[in-house]
Amino acid sequence: MKALTENGVTANESVTPRPPAKRNSGFWKSVLQQKYLYLMSLPFVIWVFIFSYVPIWGWLMAFQNYKPAKTFGEQKWVGLDNFKELFHDERFYLVLRNTLSMSILGLIFGFVVPITFAIMLNELRGSIFKRTVQTVSYLPHFVSWVVVGGIVYKTLAIDGGIVNDLLMWLHITDEPIQFMAQGKYFWGILTASDIWKETGWGAIIYLAAITGIDKELYEAAKVDGAGRIKQAFNITLPGIRSTVMVLLIMNIGHLIGIGFEKQFQLQNNLVTDYSEVLDLYALKYGIQIMRFSYGTAISMFTSVVSVILLFAANGLMKKFTKESIM
Amino acid sequence: MGGKAFQMTKGERAFDIFLYTALTLIMIVTLYPFLNVLAISFNESTDTVRGGIYIFPRAWTLENYQRIFSYTGLIQGFKISILRTLSGTLLGLISASMLAFTLSRPEFRARKFISTFLALTMYFSGGMVPMYILMKDLNLIGTFWIYILPGMVSAFNVFIIRSFMDGLPFALQESAKLDGANDFMIFYKIILPLCKPVLATIALFLAVGQWNEWFTTYLYNGNKPHLTTLQYELMKVLSSTNQGSGMVNANDMARQMAQISPESIKMAITIVVTVPILVVYPFLQKYFVGGMTLGAVKA
Repeated sequence: MKALTENGVTANESVTPRPPAKRNSGFWKSVLQQKYLYLMSLPFVIWVFIFSYVPIWGWLMAFQNYKPAKTFGEQKWVGLDNFKELFHDERFYLVLRNTLSMSILGLIFGFVVPITFAIMLNELRGSIFKRTVQTVSYLPHFVSWVVVGGIVYKTLAIDGGIVNDLLMWLHITDEPIQFMAQGKYFWGILTASDIWKETGWGAIIYLAAITGIDKELYEAAKVDGAGRIKQAFNITLPGIRSTVMVLLIMNIGHLIGIGFEKQFQLQNNLVTDYSEVLDLYALKYGIQIMRFSYGTAISMFTSVVSVILLFAANGLMKKFTKESIM
Repeated sequence: MGGKAFQMTKGERAFDIFLYTALTLIMIVTLYPFLNVLAISFNESTDTVRGGIYIFPRAWTLENYQRIFSYTGLIQGFKISILRTLSGTLLGLISASMLAFTLSRPEFRARKFISTFLALTMYFSGGMVPMYILMKDLNLIGTFWIYILPGMVSAFNVFIIRSFMDGLPFALQESAKLDGANDFMIFYKIILPLCKPVLATIALFLAVGQWNEWFTTYLYNGNKPHLTTLQYELMKVLSSTNQGSGMVNANDMARQMAQISPESIKMAITIVVTVPILVVYPFLQKYFVGGMTLGAVKA
């Protein structure tokens, strides 16, 4: 945590020279001097405490048999019972498999596609075409998953969906394929929808990183006779390495906490064995069936594993590539 | 290109042809679903059933839009969505910029503590169930404020604004201080006006988030007709036709109770829900591209 503190605070110190903070004046004197700064920040700190830290205190519920009507003192403590039950539930392993499969697919394609797209855009230097492609590519990012869910169902429909119409027109298939009704397609459909929605947005960061690469490197490569594809592999990709690494670490941190919005909007009763992820499992057992303690155990598992993954990824990257986020 | 074109080798030209073809295809794949939705929304709903509508309506009509605007649930949802977008964006901006300002003051004693305190929330979260219990204990369930209060202070936004403020010349603040201005006046009169670009970015992020959010309504306010949002109304309507393809969600009674609506009606509602944001974003492009870059460097 200490490393993180220092990074969070000192990383930008070099931007403008700052006078050193006044020392050795008494604590209360400085509070009085800085009363406006305290007045402007403390209310929000309390806010964050209530809405972000108090729920973590709620993790204690995972070790109780929590009943909403009782006070904290009256709750019955059950030790690790909820976790034991969780780890013995077959459904939990199915849900974990779904979560990991979709997040790994998302991790791979969520990097490869936006990076490729950014490199392609970068090859179109400063044209109107480039700006048009970019503006269009941001569009789906601004649309909600509710809308995207509707669009995906429409596009893949068996009656008049463009994908089935195309496949039949090309004689790849004679019968329309029931994409949304078969579990085996779900992970692919979800990943493709996510790529469709976020590629343009994701490319922004990579484009910015590419802009930062020294132009002389490209000139030198040209003189050496390297083509544009070779330049992309030997200059552009190494040039955005640190950006990629930082994003990779953060995404590994989200490997099992991938959210549930897209799964929720794309799923239906026929494919739940493939669509249910940890958060939906927590929603179903924790809130809809009102087994609050069991649901908390699921949430706690997700959160703790996420943080472990984040630190592990950060540590490994630091060791092998000298890149890290904290 | 232009003048350089004749210098291109064959390989270069082939590469260019590939590039333009691929990017044009990407544009078509991105835009087609929207054009399809638009075309169906302007098509007579009885004619839509015949299928075969791609990017042009076959039997042009405005009737679908007239019908959905006579549906009170939608008007109600529109009001709530606009209200939460405006108030959520405003409060989010005020809180993030104030906090960012205090964190950008090097002499502020608590800034290290507050930075860490905030940064941790980006990695840890209590999870769905503890949050639900907290909302229940705070009596926020079934109120409008549940849309605004829990997510009001966002660490990510604070850090983006702070790194923008750190790039501003410090001398400005010093001279104002010598003139006797207090920290709040420096923030309000000097720093805030200079932060317009980053504030526009954050405002867009907040507004899009508020407008597109549906889960809070689903989980907490679904049975309060006067508090449902546009996205939630769309969700109810959309799922009603998808039932044919198996879109019955056992979790969701509201969905099952929704009436079966014709395809064209659904698409018209989709357009109504989507258009407000699509009209705004191209004009803010310059800002959010900058903001994303700033965020990436810091985060």
